[in-house]
Amino acid sequence: MEDDVKKFLYVNRKAPYGTIYALESLEVVLIGAAFDQDVSLAFLDDGVFQLTKSQDTADIGVKNFSPTFRALGDYEVTKLYVEKESLEERGLTADDLQEIVWEDEDDDYEEKPSIRIVSRAEMADVMADQDVILSF
Amino acid sequence: MKFGILISEGPYTHQATDSAYHFVKAALEAGHEVPRVFFYHDGVNVATSLSVPPQDERNIQQQWSALAKDHGVDLVVCIAAAQRRGMLDENEAKRQGKTAHNIAEGFRISGLGQLIEMGIETDRLMTFGD
Amino acid sequence: MATLHTVNKSPFANQSLLSCLAHAKDGDTVLMIEDGVYGAGKGTGLAEAMTAMASRVALVALQPDLNARGLVADRILDGVKTVDYAGFVELAASHDRTQAWL
Repeated sequence: MEDDVKKFLYVNRKAPYGTIYALESLEVVLIGAAFDQDVSLAFLDDGVFQLTKSQDTADIGVKNFSPTFRALGDYEVTKLYVEKESLEERGLTADDLQEIVWEDEDDDYEEKPSIRIVSRAEMADVMADQDVILSF
Repeated sequence: MKFGILISEGPYTHQATDSAYHFVKAALEAGHEVPRVFFYHDGVNVATSLSVPPQDERNIQQQWSALAKDHGVDLVVCIAAAQRRGMLDENEAKRQGKTAHNIAEGFRISGLGQLIEMGIETDRLMTFGD
Repeated sequence: MATLHTVNKSPFANQSLLSCLAHAKDGDTVLMIEDGVYGAGKGTGLAEAMTAMASRVALVALQPDLNARGLVADRILDGVKTVDYAGFVELAASHDRTQAWL
């Protein structure tokens, strides 16, 4: 292991709002960003619903935390893997997801997409390449 | 080997805390180390000192407190999750102007950074939840 | 570099076991605990798929959870091994990482 940097993967398989898991998972990601580890997020199964556009929680009296995903780039969390099959099974495409970008300071602060749509097989590869997997 | 344990479901409703307890006991018996257990989501409710289960049932809080006492396991309760759910230690109760506190012996309240640190410093992270 | 996957949901209530099996790599171990042990049953709608998986991943069920649910030995799929909590700890130690399919 190099310099004590571990690969952390946060696995999100649950939809937002019905339960608190998605929000409290995001809280761990934000705190964890201060630890300078190699962080990735995985969204599969119902977890893909966390990233959809047009969430409006005004009438259920719960905080809408979906804008927070767009701030992840400021925390240097730039790898959000989203499983293609999970989207398709739920009638979604990449266009139904929020645009999430990060600024690459090594490339003249160019904005680059954080969301990476991957196949199920590629997602399995991402999972198998980690040191620590946190599931909520 | 060092095991870190994350518990993310509450006691009595779900088996997760029991599974975690049996896992930790077996790990310690096998000579492994369990430096820390982190309680998150409804898992924070394990730490209440006010739980009074029937006499013929296991007392989940006391089981964990005993592990802390006998094996030095650091039982950490997430402060953000705990405050949402009415779990306060003496200092926090004072700070928030509350009249009572309910963190049982052997548990301590701290931040989510303790979970990340556990992931960094242990060899395996085990998650028990719903 | 193998992974120990744990599944604690009945596959008849929720997709976790199927999703886990769809992401497990050859040589990984899938350990069924809590209500997950119902996935180890014989004669279920999933039995055929489970048996097919057994050739590439190790399928294991936690004996104390089988016992609690009355899943006696002759009701368990061929090819599913069982462990106690000490065996669970050994599996966690002998794999490179663990992933809980909550």
